[in-house]
Amino acid sequence: MSKLVQVKNVFKSFGDIHAVNGVSLDIQEGQFYSLLGPSGCGKTTLLRLIAGFEKPTSGQVFIDNTSMDNIEPNLRPTNMVFQNYAIFPHLNVEENVAYGLRNKSEKKSDQNKLVDEALELVGLSGLNKRSANALSGGQKQRVALARALILKPKVLLLDEPLSALDKKLREQMQSELRHLQRAVGITFILVTHDQYEALTMSDRVAVMFDGKVAQEASPRDLYELPNSQKVASFIGEMTFIKGEIVGENKNLQVQSEIFGKITIDKSRVFGQSSKKMVLGIRPEKIAIVPKTSRSKDLISGKIIDVSYFGETTNYKVSCGTIETLTISSQNSVGQLSYSVGEEIQLKADMNNIIAFSV
Amino acid sequence: MNRSNKYLKTFAITYLIFLYAPALLLPIFSFNSSQIIAFPLSGFTTGWFKALLYQETLHEALRNSLIVAASSSIFATILGILASRAASRYYFPGKQFSLTFILAPLVLPEIIVGVSLLIVLIQLGLPLNLWSVVLGHTLLIMPFSILIMNSAFNNLDISLEEASLDLGETPIGTFRRIILPLVYPGIMASLLLGFTLSLDEFIIAFFLTGTETTLPVYIWSLFRFPKQLPATMALGTILIFVSLILLSLGEYFRRRAAKTQTSVM
Repeated sequence: MSKLVQVKNVFKSFGDIHAVNGVSLDIQEGQFYSLLGPSGCGKTTLLRLIAGFEKPTSGQVFIDNTSMDNIEPNLRPTNMVFQNYAIFPHLNVEENVAYGLRNKSEKKSDQNKLVDEALELVGLSGLNKRSANALSGGQKQRVALARALILKPKVLLLDEPLSALDKKLREQMQSELRHLQRAVGITFILVTHDQYEALTMSDRVAVMFDGKVAQEASPRDLYELPNSQKVASFIGEMTFIKGEIVGENKNLQVQSEIFGKITIDKSRVFGQSSKKMVLGIRPEKIAIVPKTSRSKDLISGKIIDVSYFGETTNYKVSCGTIETLTISSQNSVGQLSYSVGEEIQLKADMNNIIAFSV
Repeated sequence: MNRSNKYLKTFAITYLIFLYAPALLLPIFSFNSSQIIAFPLSGFTTGWFKALLYQETLHEALRNSLIVAASSSIFATILGILASRAASRYYFPGKQFSLTFILAPLVLPEIIVGVSLLIVLIQLGLPLNLWSVVLGHTLLIMPFSILIMNSAFNNLDISLEEASLDLGETPIGTFRRIILPLVYPGIMASLLLGFTLSLDEFIIAFFLTGTETTLPVYIWSLFRFPKQLPATMALGTILIFVSLILLSLGEYFRRRAAKTQTSVM
């Protein structure tokens, strides 16, 4: 695997707005890479910088070890799927898909074959002559994909391609996109604000806030080892508890009201270690255990709020301090359900606690 | 139906009668066999139309008018495309000001435009001929072209251009394969409207035309000869129908432009 796309210390300003504020990324060949962040974080601008629609204020973009400084979008080895699909309204499906082939030297009969293959790839076989205006949102999406993939780009750029689809279709397209990427082996760079989309589809995710990359990691690491409270609460939910360092050797000993004195591995400590720390734990890393269980690290508490989500139930539990714990419990076979006011016993997985500097 | 609605209806009908009744007199008298333009009608004839066929000066004026109308509508449309393109895609200092200013001929009295252009041309020592009329008419039509082209370009989704570039097409190829086909109905509407405006424009043509008169100026000169009046009516009848057809075509293209644009998304 080699670095296919390299973003080197790129800045991009629009007047006083610093949309991209010093980003460096290495994207490996064949990866499904996601740029994840809230709206206005600069992820789309970064994608457009890679496509060539914007020029960096400073910094450089390399694709395949070639500087893209003076290369116009039409000459870059990238193709893009636009957020609104940008299907040419005056052309039919076939003409849309074949649009980019015009400037290639293939014969007409070969072009037709390529178009048919591309349409088959995205599951639109037989719709060659359909007018662009007669397509549904999902079909437009597929035409946009076929139109880009037919040119066999080194990198496919996807700008929030699923945000306009309804939930069911979006989930279906997520898995189709993932399969498609594996099948064609092209590097995909996806821009999304949906954290679950990024986690389920990507090999690697860069989380962006305010024009900067806050963390770049695999989906698992991003979820299990977020490097800041901000990333942790953007990707899923996390409960934060105040703590204080009481000892430091190979590991860190942290005292907190709810968890007592616990030991945290240095690999799970982020930021400058100071006396005060914040401990974070994901809701599903805490289990409700039977009242009859006896163990020294059990936490007792009282349920103050219940949110039912179907496959899971979230409980807010007060443990006799001002802080509350959030617990997510799978509603699987045999799992008891609890109601507000019930006294319960909890067991937190102390190995999953992360310490952040305040 | 309530009362105010009834008054509105009466008003609308009266309005339409006052607007179009005089124009209806033209075809009526152009088929009337009497030379005097007055009721009662004396008999049916197509002679006045036939007479038109033999008036050489008329043919020349018609030819001049067609040259002027075609040239000025083409020039104005090209300028309109360029101005609207600039206005819809680029930002430059004084953009809003220049856009407002460029539309000024819409509200300026034509006589002012005619007189000032005449002064400028004479001061520059340029001869008065058909091209000076083309110049004046281009100025007159351009605001209309810009307004039509503006709506065509503003409705054009910029991501379509980006998608074309992204798919490997050059900027020129993108203009030809994406932008032109999508604004083409607007271009047709602008050409047709410009042609119609120029064809029956009198004041500017009157000031700027040299020895080569355009059709409206020629018609005006005919009024000195009462004998010619019924033939003028016949000519007017033809002009009304040609204008109506051109305007309807223009409106058809304008609506088509609006339709293709809105269905983009």
